[in-house]
Amino acid sequence: MTTRASPPRERFRISQLIYDTRYRSYTIQVFALFMFAAFVGWLVNNTLQNLSNAGKDLDFGFLFSTAGYEINQRLVSYGPDSSHLRASIVGLLNTLLVALLGCVMATVIGTFVGILRLSKNWLIARLMGLYVEMFRNVPLLLWILLTMAVLTELLPSPREFRGESATASMMLNDTSAITNRGVYVPLPQFSRGLDKALDGSLGLNPNALAILFVLGAGLYVSQRIKLRADRIQSKSGERPVTWFWRTGVIVVPVLVLFFAFGFHLEYPELKGFNFIGGLRFRNSLIALWLALSLYTAAFIGEVVRSGIMAVPKGQIEGAEALGLRPARIMRSVILPQALRVIIPPVISQYLSLTKNTSLAIAVGYMDITGTLGGITMNQTGRELECVLLLMLVYLAISLTVSAGMNVYNARVNLVER
Amino acid sequence: MSKVAYVRKEMLQVRKPPVSQAGFLGWLKKNLFYSIGSSLATLLTVAVIGWLLYGLLKWLAVPTWAAQSLSDCRSIIAELARGENNAGACWGVIRDRGIQLTFGFYPPEHFWRPILAFTFLLPALAPILFAEKVPGRLIWFSALYPFLMPWLLWGGSVWVPLGVIAGFAVGYLGFRISNGLNTLFRIAICLIAALAWWIYAKEHLDTVMSSVGTIDLTPVKSRNFGGFMLSLTIGVVAIGSSLPLGILLALGRQSDLVLIKVLCVGFIEIIRGVPLITLLFVASTLLNIFLPPGTEFDIIMRVIIMATLFASAYMAEVIRGGLAALPRGQYEAAEALGLDYWKAQRLIIMPQALKVSIPGIVSTFIALFKDTTLVSVIGLLDPLGLTTAIRANQEWAGIVWELYGFIALLFMIVTFSMSRFSMYLERKLHRDH
Repeated sequence: MTTRASPPRERFRISQLIYDTRYRSYTIQVFALFMFAAFVGWLVNNTLQNLSNAGKDLDFGFLFSTAGYEINQRLVSYGPDSSHLRASIVGLLNTLLVALLGCVMATVIGTFVGILRLSKNWLIARLMGLYVEMFRNVPLLLWILLTMAVLTELLPSPREFRGESATASMMLNDTSAITNRGVYVPLPQFSRGLDKALDGSLGLNPNALAILFVLGAGLYVSQRIKLRADRIQSKSGERPVTWFWRTGVIVVPVLVLFFAFGFHLEYPELKGFNFIGGLRFRNSLIALWLALSLYTAAFIGEVVRSGIMAVPKGQIEGAEALGLRPARIMRSVILPQALRVIIPPVISQYLSLTKNTSLAIAVGYMDITGTLGGITMNQTGRELECVLLLMLVYLAISLTVSAGMNVYNARVNLVER
Repeated sequence: MSKVAYVRKEMLQVRKPPVSQAGFLGWLKKNLFYSIGSSLATLLTVAVIGWLLYGLLKWLAVPTWAAQSLSDCRSIIAELARGENNAGACWGVIRDRGIQLTFGFYPPEHFWRPILAFTFLLPALAPILFAEKVPGRLIWFSALYPFLMPWLLWGGSVWVPLGVIAGFAVGYLGFRISNGLNTLFRIAICLIAALAWWIYAKEHLDTVMSSVGTIDLTPVKSRNFGGFMLSLTIGVVAIGSSLPLGILLALGRQSDLVLIKVLCVGFIEIIRGVPLITLLFVASTLLNIFLPPGTEFDIIMRVIIMATLFASAYMAEVIRGGLAALPRGQYEAAEALGLDYWKAQRLIIMPQALKVSIPGIVSTFIALFKDTTLVSVIGLLDPLGLTTAIRANQEWAGIVWELYGFIALLFMIVTFSMSRFSMYLERKLHRDH
């Protein structure tokens, strides 16, 4: 009896690189890597050659030279001798400000629209449908320009607040004014604030930082009180009444701080042909904010509607059978289940809203596209560096938000049996 | 005598339902006035809508069509003597500039070309969108359309698009002839044959064939493109070219080859992570820096390239969704039949995945089409860019609502019909499964 010899070891042949599926994938990948490297090399080579032809080089040093242009809305201090980098940061903060305001407003309007679109009232449901179609089918840029036009053309000019026969008047007990040059509201001021003591060496507003810090600490303590109450409840079954403690630790320290800093309001006043003093919201900010939130709200409304419709009818009937009231059904049965469906697409709407803030340039709002990608780019002639930085900033914002979304998704994912 | 006290012998007449339950009144009660709150809401809404409509109609219905300037309009409206609030639309600007808003600076004697090009778009799309309602042979027209449309829009000799088509035919021929070789070799042969043909044709074909005879359309420069036509051109070309690119990217993203997957994911995420406007900045300032010295693309071509890249990343995500919706069994069945990767994709996977993703593709198209207005930011004369140019004229300085309204209407017509169509598709697909 002969034992079967082990099969002869196959020798590797070159042709296996193409014919054998085990090796072919490596061939393809090496080939792709080679092509990609060649392509990138080609681009870089072209770029370098073109830059040297134009007498330029790749240098980010311009960021530290003096910008010297005016930015009409700034959240951190910025002066005529600040650098381009500082201007970009001011622009970035403006971008984030309008994005944040827009997200909040769009969520509020969108939720209303989504719920009202499911209203039993035929007229209201149709009206909301009309709203959604109107905003979704017209370009956002057009909405922004239209909103800006509404603000500048239809609102009264400061001149009309003047004189005996004024055709417009200030609102809220003569403290605020809505004009075609912006909305003026009282400005919170501190007469004994930290900024007096530190005389602006920080670059950020120390009062705001102090208040934010105290507020944060209050929220933290309040959360601890809630956790303690939870513990007592799970141990003894009785929940201690804590609401006055919880609001107290948030509100009282902030109020004390306000008092210590000498809080008062500075009211806008009509002087000459314009309002002086107070806090001025420029038309560019308001137009961008309103248009972005109305536009995005149309999309969020659809998301909310589909989220609510995704809750099985049996859930609602079950809740009704348990004797819950309609508001309670919405709050405790429908929304928790609908939110699971709603939140991921809503966050991607937030992302697109944030990216859409770059349209600010159309109404002259100085966001990062207006500073870094606008005036800085034109002043320094460094298109390559500016556009690359600009894309990098937006990419960083997008990736951060999507990373957050992935974490959230992992947390709320249904744990299936 | 029967013990039964009473038995009805004849049927009762069917009575009408109460007025409040049926008919128009019943509908009203059920849908508009079913509770006190609802009645109040209805009345309030009707009042607000009525007030708005009244104001709007009053503003719209003014005889200013013939006006030559804004001041003309104002005097016409003032003559109407409507009293205090004598605002009204100035339609003269639409009469004067409506054509420009639609066609830009395209030579008027050639207007038939863009009209024809975009009319042909419908039969070209029909085999894809209404597959079961049109003859299958129309697909050949769809294949022809990508060559027909640029020729109609930009003009030039008919031999240019024909030469390009012939290149595809040559490549296909090479693929057929090399039957029996390894697929990779066959694809390489196909590519080389086509490239060789195109290089040859670029140099010689036009001169050779011109002696035979040719149909020339007057060439129109890209810089004459403008208005709504420009938006349509960018939208249609970018979406058309982004579809194949998006399919490749989606396949790459699903691929087992790590390197390919990383490259595709990187491309998609980078493009989706930045706003279109930065890509347009790339088109307007950087693209010529990236290309070999001396290459000159005109700005519209550059914008189309960047818009294509932008749309292809979104398209890839839509198609990836379609791929993910396919049951795993479909892939396994294709493998069990012994189909190789490309055959499986072509015969089994893609037809189903694309069908599922059509609504998503349509909404990507709507989004891209709306985004074409961003080109006005880099100075192209799309409808929004033209409004600034129109307002720069003395006659129409200060005119806002009429222009924006007109543009909004143009966009609304196109996008609304597309979104309705997408809904129809969704319903149809819903039934199919």
